Amino acid sequence: MFVLVVGGGRVGYYLTRELIQSGHEVVLMEKDRARATQIADEIGSIVIPHDGCEGKYLAEAGANRADVVAAVTGDDEDNLVICQMAKHHFDVPKTIARVNNPANEALFEHLGVDDQISPTRMILASIEQEIPVRELLHLAALGGEGDLELIEAQIDDRSPAIGRAAQDLGVPNGCSLFAVIRGGVATPVGSDTVLRQGDKVLAIGRRECEAELREQLIGAEIGAPGL
Amino acid sequence: MKVVIVGCGRVGALLAATFAAAGHNVSIIDTSTTAFERLPSSFRGDAIRGNGTDEAVLRRAGAQDCDLFLALTEGDNRNVMSAQLAAEVFGARKSVAKLNDPVRAEAYAELGIATICRTSLMADAILAFAGLAGSGAPVIRVPSGGHDDAAQLHDALLPEPGAGAGSTTRGR
Repeated sequence: MFVLVVGGGRVGYYLTRELIQSGHEVVLMEKDRARATQIADEIGSIVIPHDGCEGKYLAEAGANRADVVAAVTGDDEDNLVICQMAKHHFDVPKTIARVNNPANEALFEHLGVDDQISPTRMILASIEQEIPVRELLHLAALGGEGDLELIEAQIDDRSPAIGRAAQDLGVPNGCSLFAVIRGGVATPVGSDTVLRQGDKVLAIGRRECEAELREQLIGAEIGAPGL
Repeated sequence: MKVVIVGCGRVGALLAATFAAAGHNVSIIDTSTTAFERLPSSFRGDAIRGNGTDEAVLRRAGAQDCDLFLALTEGDNRNVMSAQLAAEVFGARKSVAKLNDPVRAEAYAELGIATICRTSLMADAILAFAGLAGSGAPVIRVPSGGHDDAAQLHDALLPEPGAGAGSTTRGR
């Protein structure tokens, strides 16, 4: 595969190295000349010392024949533009953006970036799994047209769902509970599964149903700041 | 009309003052408060400190009610992102991004936001002054469907159906 990596920071540098090791054809674009030279000295002459947002240099880097463009600079607006230029001007099949501000994820997806990686969101999710939070945890975005999320809810002593069967919970349309983790064991949720305090419930749901689902499983009161 | 301007540089400040003096409702956004010193003391609009690519800041500036949105910062990509936020999230009727890169200016006009390219604008003016023909590029490139056709804008920005893994959008 031919991969065009834009941004020669830590992420871009290690990404390029790993891709080369796995036998892919890679070109790295880094606009800071000193940094570009430094990387080229180490991994060879596959570094283009120019701004990957500029159409002229994207063309020189071979964007029109790239299978994947990965925009991994530290600036969200740059990553957005790189992906959009790649997608719409150079017809690149797959574009990946690093998204630093989690608030930008929805916009990027809406604007046609194929894949988004948010280090901030990942670290946040990891922290959330360690500390009890009275919020829904976002385990994964399933992407695609449906806008589905994989969600986990912790049933604590204030949950209105305690002692109620799944079918009686009034789970919003567009959501479904599919597993409950009790004492470390995951079992599928049936319509007659009764929820208990301490359960972890796994659900799949549309983003817009989240507030309602949260109310059903965790309760209305907001116990911790949301995302 | 409601005008939101991002970037209180010389052009932004001049336009803000001109629109406000003509009786329009103007909000101007800049990351630095000192930039607002470029506004005349008679300026009667809102000056908002913040990042123009931040949805919350745009909302505070009233982007949701805006008729004309102008992204005029020094950064091409910031302008492109602001202008798309205004058009896509807030439904601004006209959204213009200032760009320095002519290739990006052309590409984004195809993608549904109006662009003005300072580079071709100045080059054409100077060439004309020198008696040579310019590039012939329009001063402001307007998306082909016009600004009001939100559906078309939407289509242009979203990948084609089935353009996921394994297929491509080549040959569009």
